[in-house]
Amino acid sequence: MEYLTHLAILFAIYAILALSLNLIVGYTGLLSLAHAAFYGIGAYATAILTTTYDFNFFLSVLIGIFFALILSVSIGLILSKFKGDYYALGALGFNVIVFAVMLNWQNLTRGPLGIPGIPRPMLFGFSFSDNFHFLLLATCYLLLTTGICNYIANSSFGRALKAIREDDQAISVFGYNTHHFKLAIFTVGAGLAAIAGSLFAAYITFIDPSTFGANESVFILSIIILGGLANLKGSMLGALFLILLPEILRFAGFPNEIAAQTRFGLYGLLLIILMMYKPQGLMGEYKL
Amino acid sequence: MKILETHNLSKHWGGVYAVEKLSIGFEQGKITGIIGPNGSGKSTLTNLLTGIYAIDGGSAVIDGLRLKKVIAHQNPLFGITRTFQEVRLFEQMTVLDNILVVITEKSVFGALFSKHNKLDEKKAEEALQKVGLWEKRHQLAINLSYGQRKLLEIARVLAMDAKIIFFDEPFAGLFKEMIKKVAGIMEEMRAQGKTLILIEHNMELIRKLCDYLYVMDEGKLLAEGKADKVLSERKVVEAYLGE
Repeated sequence: MEYLTHLAILFAIYAILALSLNLIVGYTGLLSLAHAAFYGIGAYATAILTTTYDFNFFLSVLIGIFFALILSVSIGLILSKFKGDYYALGALGFNVIVFAVMLNWQNLTRGPLGIPGIPRPMLFGFSFSDNFHFLLLATCYLLLTTGICNYIANSSFGRALKAIREDDQAISVFGYNTHHFKLAIFTVGAGLAAIAGSLFAAYITFIDPSTFGANESVFILSIIILGGLANLKGSMLGALFLILLPEILRFAGFPNEIAAQTRFGLYGLLLIILMMYKPQGLMGEYKL
Repeated sequence: MKILETHNLSKHWGGVYAVEKLSIGFEQGKITGIIGPNGSGKSTLTNLLTGIYAIDGGSAVIDGLRLKKVIAHQNPLFGITRTFQEVRLFEQMTVLDNILVVITEKSVFGALFSKHNKLDEKKAEEALQKVGLWEKRHQLAINLSYGQRKLLEIARVLAMDAKIIFFDEPFAGLFKEMIKKVAGIMEEMRAQGKTLILIEHNMELIRKLCDYLYVMDEGKLLAEGKADKVLSERKVVEAYLGE
């Protein structure tokens, strides 16, 4: 049971990441490879604020979101002028910079040593130290994220995002300032990714930069490509599948260390097969 | 009264002028045709006046307001819309969403805190009924035939209820019945006082629909006047028809 709870918590965290990235990539067509950076910003905000400054977890989540918003507006102002490959490269560059800062700003982040001893959340004297309770908390954040993403996808804003994805020049002729929309959705996605980061930090109770590199951005992207672009249920399905995959390998008799390495090979293989036979993913309505 | 004018409007690509010091005007409530051989600058002119290309020289006067820079997303403020020479639909969206997206809230916060209302739905239905695409409203635009795609573009401008509409070769590739339908819609729009700018190669339609005609060649104005008169001018016949 404890094991299933652990998997469910990881699923909730990755589902939040996938849902928020799907707004940027699936709905708007912006190939962002910066998501792990905002995930990391949320995680470090919670880690630093709760361990060094004794902040409450929930306040640290809000501050993490705030930092993610500030940074996403700064980089988004530049990125929103690009599209296609240039956008992807610019976003990847940002992720690399954030990763380098996490690794090298040792006074703040402790660099490769990471930050241990991150406390579990407390609310009115109630501790989420038990994994089941933490799962309930993670589920609340997942429901909140799903609600926000659903609302956006079904609003006029969501329809405009899809039109930008289809032909951003044509939609601008009909009255849309596409830069504003691209910036807005990038910022919303970044804020939600920061929530996932805070949850991750408080759950694992230790973070280091290796979790938030460009590899992680590619992994989150793989989740939404597998599940389906511009489909929120697809994001959930993709997260479930890719979280469970290494566990399936473990049950199939692969030793832990081999299962971990094989996982990446399988992710790669899956992506190649998908691109060949189902480029829109399992439930997607749009292909890159 | 001229609702839209250009004054010495210019656009060049490197050393080659696509539009060179062009000064023309468009009467309100009329259909003005623009013809010319391929590469004469007709579509470039449309792209300049709808903000797709930046103006290199001269200005546009829209509703009395002189502009040296036309910004695409401000078109609806001036009541301007257009169709495209190569149909540009939002392919992986439904036919209905292709219409709704051009008539609903266009600011970030406006769009975020609103969904289309009954009035928007009614406008979209009227436009789609008019071009005969209402039954296909739930289909993705990418699955429409070429003619239906052209009609969806027409429906899009119909729904926007704009004052000035650029039609860039709207009849190209359409069957006879569809041509009749689109021509009828354009005449109806003119009767409603809208200003239509029609870029077209079909001379029969130009004669039938246009109140005034401009002929462009190599980015410059070659001739202007009533269609019948202009089309019989020798220089036009030589430049355009190659006779």
